[in-house]
Amino acid sequence: MAKKIVEIHDLKREFRMGSEIVKALKGVSFSVEEGEFVTIMGSSGSGKTTLLNVLGCLDKPTEGTYLLDNVEIKNLSRNELAQLRNRKIGFVFQSYNLLARTSAIENVELPLLYNSSISINHRHQMALKALEAVRLSDRLDHLPNQLSGGQQQRVAIARALVNEPVMVLADEATGNLDSRTSYEIMALFQELNKQGRTIVFVTHEPDIALFSSRTITLKDGRVIKDSKNENIRSAKEVLAALPVTED
Amino acid sequence: MKLFNLIRIALRALQRNKLRAFLTMLGIIIGVGAVIAMVAIGQGSKKSIQDQLSSMGSNMITVRPNSNQTPGGGARLDVSTVQTLTLDDIKAIQNQAQYINAVSPAVQGRGQVINAAMNWPTTMQGVSPDFLTIRNWPLKEGVSFSDEDVNGAAKVCLIGQTVVDNIFDPGDDPVGKTIRFNKIPFKIIGVLAEKGENAFGQDQDDILLAPYTTVQKRILAIPFIQTIYASALNSETSEAATQELSQVLRTSHKLTNSEQDDFTVRTQAELISTFSSTSQLLTVLLAAIAGISLLVGGIGIMNIMYVSVTERTKEIGLRMAIGAKGIDILMQFLIEAIVISITGGILGVLLGLLASKLITVFLSWPTLVSESSIILSFVVCAITGIFFGYYPAQKASRLDPIEALRYE
Ligand SMILES: Nc1ncnc2c1ncn2[C@@H]1O[C@H](COP(=O)(O)OP(=O)(O)O)[C@@H](O)[C@H]1O
Ligand SMILES: [Mg+2]
Repeated sequence: MAKKIVEIHDLKREFRMGSEIVKALKGVSFSVEEGEFVTIMGSSGSGKTTLLNVLGCLDKPTEGTYLLDNVEIKNLSRNELAQLRNRKIGFVFQSYNLLARTSAIENVELPLLYNSSISINHRHQMALKALEAVRLSDRLDHLPNQLSGGQQQRVAIARALVNEPVMVLADEATGNLDSRTSYEIMALFQELNKQGRTIVFVTHEPDIALFSSRTITLKDGRVIKDSKNENIRSAKEVLAALPVTED
Repeated sequence: MKLFNLIRIALRALQRNKLRAFLTMLGIIIGVGAVIAMVAIGQGSKKSIQDQLSSMGSNMITVRPNSNQTPGGGARLDVSTVQTLTLDDIKAIQNQAQYINAVSPAVQGRGQVINAAMNWPTTMQGVSPDFLTIRNWPLKEGVSFSDEDVNGAAKVCLIGQTVVDNIFDPGDDPVGKTIRFNKIPFKIIGVLAEKGENAFGQDQDDILLAPYTTVQKRILAIPFIQTIYASALNSETSEAATQELSQVLRTSHKLTNSEQDDFTVRTQAELISTFSSTSQLLTVLLAAIAGISLLVGGIGIMNIMYVSVTERTKEIGLRMAIGAKGIDILMQFLIEAIVISITGGILGVLLGLLASKLITVFLSWPTLVSESSIILSFVVCAITGIFFGYYPAQKASRLDPIEALRYE
């Protein structure tokens, strides 16, 4: 039996908008095991981002339980949540969110700066390793504006990997990229998953979901479908089948 | 979280926006520069006044008759014609006063000094040989007159540089020459060292010094004396010396307890403190103006830090998402503000030093940069940074990471 990374039970999240209450999550339950590649699907407004924020310890549920790596997060303080994010979670955002005018390697080192147990030397080594994993070892000193969108997202993925998290969370990580680059990024995620990374990937594009091992579909804040993917597409093969273009 | 890492983060953030950091600093730079330069001007003028006053003889005590002591309530007389000070007073002081180490009577008259075809209006002051000690006035050439010259009312004199310049051709040696003052011949036996202007702008070198007896008998034809110059043993005893002198003179003038002094005693120390307090006020005033500009600089920092926090909301959100705690964000922005203000302070001190130098060189105003003004500026800068940086930093630290990340 694989270790459970995520266990959520009857998770609810409500937002108060003046006198109105918006129920973004209306009781969501599932668990994610170590090594899974889960996509969370659903149309816009279905509660994907809200769910991911809770999974990433950026937000707390209004009701229900959430165990991250067997730690109940309900009673943790703001600082403890920050520490949990720093040690256990890797985030990848739609808009990369790299620090401008800051080299790739420094961007990748950033999470480790907030971990005082890591020495300068070790920090550098870990960042190099993470950039190697996304195959950007030759772009260490490039600034974000000297990198393509796909390369920037790979730097962001390296930043998510650098602290060796128990789980990588991605919110529409291919949303800003053309389809070819999207496939490249998905190929990278598949590769990382093969190496044992647990990945939760939010998307509203059905063809992206085909690359994952499991798809959870949300609608109006509820899980309407949760299925293992029997034949996972290989992003690498899809890429190879694409007509070659100048890159 | 290691402080070292936070400092690193803050420095990198500033590097990413060097121009803005510099512009933010500008207020502080100008503020501190102004403080340093203003205080330097204040201190410099204070010091130069003190120097000038002490060049007049720092322990000098001056006694003049009181002109309002005329009996009968008639018209007040000119001070120089009041006859209350006499040579008996001098003797009394010499015999009785312990805190006084030198005393000299003084009488003076205006007149025309003539050497061959050249003439010049000047003052002849009649004094005793001790006068040069009291005034702290060395001779450039020749010798001073002696007690015998005083006793014999000898027609000898010491000449000031301004008089030399006006009645002698350049290169002529005045010592040994005979000049005429109000038609009476005087032999020059010495030249006074140059003293320049005094604190009141009077040329101290426009003078002839002669034995007081000579001036009393041959120039003014008076038996009394106009002024008594004395010097205290040292600056610490000048207060005691003054009181002692007053007492001696009261006894000598046979004044009863109910009668007021018929003389006025002035000390150089009094003058110095009057001038010092004026220039102290000037320093405080200048420092206050400069302090206000420092305050404005601080508000500038606060303003830019607020703008910066708003502008970097997304960055703050990201930092929080990857594990920065509220305190980490707070410290980052606080350190940024402090680095800005202290770097601004250093540049400001350099600017202030440069400005002081330029003021002295081009305007020839005396300036004196004091260490305390530099240290004070630094402390104020650090406090400014902490004070004005705190609120923006706190605002940053309290952002909600989700909302900050969503900020466009
Ligand atoms: N901070 C918030 N305040 C109020 N309503 C919110 C907030 N965040 C999300 N919502 C609402 O919750 C619902 C789900 O949003 P979201 O999780 O962002 O959907 P998705 O990511 O699937 O598009 C939407 O109706 C949205 O308007
Ligand atoms: Mg969303």
